[in-house]
Amino acid sequence: MKKNPLSLQVDMEDFLPATDAEKEYMVQMRPSTTFFKDGMKRLLRNKVATVSMIIIIVITLAAIIIPYFWPYSYDTMLGVRPGKPVDASFNNLAPFQYGKTELKRIEAGEKVFPHVFGTDSAGRDYFIRVVYGTRVSLGVGFFASLIVLVIGITMGSIAGYCGGKVDMFIMRLVDIIYSLPDTLMIILLASVMKVALGPVIDNNPVLNKLGSNMISLFIVFALLYWVSMARQIRGQILSLKEQEYVLAARSTGAKAGWIITKHLIPNCISVIIISTALQIPSAIFTESFLSYLGLGVNAPMPSLGSLASEALNGLTSYPYRMVIPAITISLIVLSLNLFGDGLRDAFDPKLKS
Amino acid sequence: MSSKTLKYILKRIAMAILTIWIVITVTFFVMRAVPGGPFLSEKAVSEAAQKALEAKYGMDKPLMVQYFTYLKDIVTKFDFGPSIKLRGRMVIDVIIDGMRTSVKLGVCAAAIALVFGVVLGAVAALRRNGFADKVIMVLTTAFISMPSFIIGSLMVLILSVKLGWFPANGETAKGLILPVIALSLSPMANITRLTRSSMLDVLGQDYIRTARAKGVPPMKIIFGHALKNSLIPVITYVGPMLAYIVTGSLVIEQVFAVPGIGRAFVSSITGRDYPLIMGTTIVLATLIVIMNLVSDILYKLVDPRINLE
Repeated sequence: MKKNPLSLQVDMEDFLPATDAEKEYMVQMRPSTTFFKDGMKRLLRNKVATVSMIIIIVITLAAIIIPYFWPYSYDTMLGVRPGKPVDASFNNLAPFQYGKTELKRIEAGEKVFPHVFGTDSAGRDYFIRVVYGTRVSLGVGFFASLIVLVIGITMGSIAGYCGGKVDMFIMRLVDIIYSLPDTLMIILLASVMKVALGPVIDNNPVLNKLGSNMISLFIVFALLYWVSMARQIRGQILSLKEQEYVLAARSTGAKAGWIITKHLIPNCISVIIISTALQIPSAIFTESFLSYLGLGVNAPMPSLGSLASEALNGLTSYPYRMVIPAITISLIVLSLNLFGDGLRDAFDPKLKS
Repeated sequence: MSSKTLKYILKRIAMAILTIWIVITVTFFVMRAVPGGPFLSEKAVSEAAQKALEAKYGMDKPLMVQYFTYLKDIVTKFDFGPSIKLRGRMVIDVIIDGMRTSVKLGVCAAAIALVFGVVLGAVAALRRNGFADKVIMVLTTAFISMPSFIIGSLMVLILSVKLGWFPANGETAKGLILPVIALSLSPMANITRLTRSSMLDVLGQDYIRTARAKGVPPMKIIFGHALKNSLIPVITYVGPMLAYIVTGSLVIEQVFAVPGIGRAFVSSITGRDYPLIMGTTIVLATLIVIMNLVSDILYKLVDPRINLE
């Protein structure tokens, strides 16, 4: 039937059910990839980042698991026994050597677990001290980054979303903290908090276990290190909040908190992942630096920095005690840095320089 | 200089002064908040002696009065009061004494880091993906991942203990060689990477192609066009680098027993010499703030297109 081209009459043929051939078009050829999967795929294609990730996983697992079955503990002085004079033969053992009583037990046919890295000047098994030091350093890096992450996201998203006076106030605060020389301020606060927090910590069993230095370290991180994260999140949110979907959410009556948590922060996730990954090695660096100055973890708890610092005294006779923590900390920081770079390339190719 | 640039510079200077004031204030109140005060020592001090000490150091007056006196003395006379543990010495004298060695150390380290960093970065960029580039990138990655005290301790171990080439003690001029190198490696690595990436960026620009097409000799292109422009981002790093060197020298001076301000600072912490801790913190912080200021202003002057806001 010939139709007048200007007719407004509906063409019924357009409304026929789809044929099988037409339905084929709608079938998904390949499952759609999520943001996370896509990033992981790109990450795993990067050999350097993959190797670094494996190294980090191995070191972390070792630091968590080994203390459970290792027969020595990090603070037992092997030469000291109740009711007997101190057995000095346990102090400063070279790797794979044994103290007097242990030698007797070996002669008697017993099996004694070797001191893989020897013992330190107080007769403590050095291997387990290094493992514990790694655990402490990794733990500090991880938790400090977590604190920075939470505070940075909160402040950054509030500043970015609210804008106006709130933004002004937060950003001036950020500017000021940013221009403070952080290491000096950390040393100052850490050296004071050790004294100031003493009584509070001693009365609390949980805090007491952590030690005053560790707590002041976390407080300092919480006070000073959130600024760069907050800056990045703010920048991201400033550009995101002009997007149409935020307008749509707002026009359907969504509240600020909902928009921030459901729409804005998920879209900042690449910035968050990357800066957290790069924050961990910097926190480990700072912790080792403070431990080296004697402001880190409380003795007898070791950290890689304090182990290196103690080893400096016996450098001529026991150089390996310096080298072992030095290599461990360098390996950890190196892998974390390379992994962080890999993450950046994988999750935010735009940032790639 | 446009009025906008001038405004920016004035704003930065105001910000720097504000920062220094905050550092002084925070340092003062944090130190006064310590329970027991600076005279808390192992020996029990009688009530009268305690009072006398407090009177001597002006600590019997109200807190705000102490604060303004402290502030006024610093601004007008650079006077940080007497040291508590080093009897009969003024804090400022201890700082100046330490600075003599530390400034030498820091300036040498900064110069080495700048010169070698720029040269290595340029070489790496020109030989992109070649052997030299790979070696340089591997080495710089390693240097960035090692804390300076680790580099320093390993150098003591290998170069002075095992090989005996350099003294491990930093009190002589020759003894300063190792600390300078240990301090400069990490900033040098950063400058190398920065120069490399900005040089690669510049080498891809149209005006380099134009120069090449016109037949400008390669050396002239590298030094006259590429290197000059690729140094701009390096200027921004100068401030943070000096900050790194100042704080890095705290541990490096400890490792090599250099009699500088860093060692004085660390021993003031362990000895709880509060006036000395305050004085060194303020002086070092002021130094860092000023250097960041200069580096930012230079950056703006060299390339006025850049908007630092």
